[in-house]
Amino acid sequence: MTGEPASFTRAGILRGMRRSLPLIVGLTPFGLVTGILAQAKGLSLAETTLMSALVYAGASQILALGAWTVPAPIVAATLSAFIVNLRMALMGPVLTPWLERFRGWRVWGTLFFLVDHGWALSVSEMRAGRNDLGFLFGCGVLLWVFWVITSILGHLLGSWLQPPPGHPIFFAALAAFVSLLVPMWRSTRDLLPWAVAIATACLVAWLLPGTSWHIVAGALAGSLAGAARDSTARSVDLR
Amino acid sequence: MSPGMTSAPALWHVDPATFATIVGMALVTYASRAGGYWLFRRIRPNPFVRAVLGYLPGTLFVSYVSPALLQGGPPQWVGAAATVGLMLLTRSIGWAIMGGTGTAWVVWLLLR
Repeated sequence: MTGEPASFTRAGILRGMRRSLPLIVGLTPFGLVTGILAQAKGLSLAETTLMSALVYAGASQILALGAWTVPAPIVAATLSAFIVNLRMALMGPVLTPWLERFRGWRVWGTLFFLVDHGWALSVSEMRAGRNDLGFLFGCGVLLWVFWVITSILGHLLGSWLQPPPGHPIFFAALAAFVSLLVPMWRSTRDLLPWAVAIATACLVAWLLPGTSWHIVAGALAGSLAGAARDSTARSVDLR
Repeated sequence: MSPGMTSAPALWHVDPATFATIVGMALVTYASRAGGYWLFRRIRPNPFVRAVLGYLPGTLFVSYVSPALLQGGPPQWVGAAATVGLMLLTRSIGWAIMGGTGTAWVVWLLLR
């Protein structure tokens, strides 16, 4: 990335916030479902707020709440949050031209607010030649505020509605994952890893019902199969 | 936790095990957010590790979705198909979730 060195300005923060506003439509049902699910699993409003404010990662929160137990599943939820959110470790390095100019809270504070959508907007901002780390911070903070608000609303609505178990409103959690899955399909190269993941996940879910090990096993088996296939293809190419 | 009215403790109670779980999730999530950039400044992952990480998001999400759909019924199956269709059409997670859940709800009402 050439051009001016990266900055961190108030204008950048405001621009990030403005650009993220339409994403609230997508975030609202996700946040509501997280709050409703938390309420249904017996979490208090304070616990729900704390979770959304500190974790701020919908997929991992829904995943943990879907498999919630009493007492709370400390090891399983922490491990599955790590596995679900590990993808975000790949996002930071892409924004190195913005991040490397700064030290302290501007880097490590901004990274607390890193989310898929804010990252995607920032990558296109960077590709358009703009170099303001405040943009990423603005996106993240705005989405964080609405994430916490919609989780709280979901919890309050959930205690008012009291949907019975098996009610189709709970399908919204699964629908969120299905919708996030669609853009993850990149090409037919994904066919083998996805097929291995599906087969492994269904088998492990049948062997170990009521846990989230099928997600770990399916993800690892599928990804290793894809990477192994790719490295075999590369060594064939070299010959 | 009373299933009926929401009482004050149900709103403000923080259970120690729940708190520990939230802190655990928060720490590993922040480690994921910041750790990638932190590591990237030090090491260069080899192509195999990069390939595994590249496949991880998609395989993880299908591993979550597929057993849940297998255990579901027609409302979930039709709802999932509607979600995928709406996502391809609108590219909006919001519309896909709302439309897919609405479809599942209609099928559920019809089959009841």
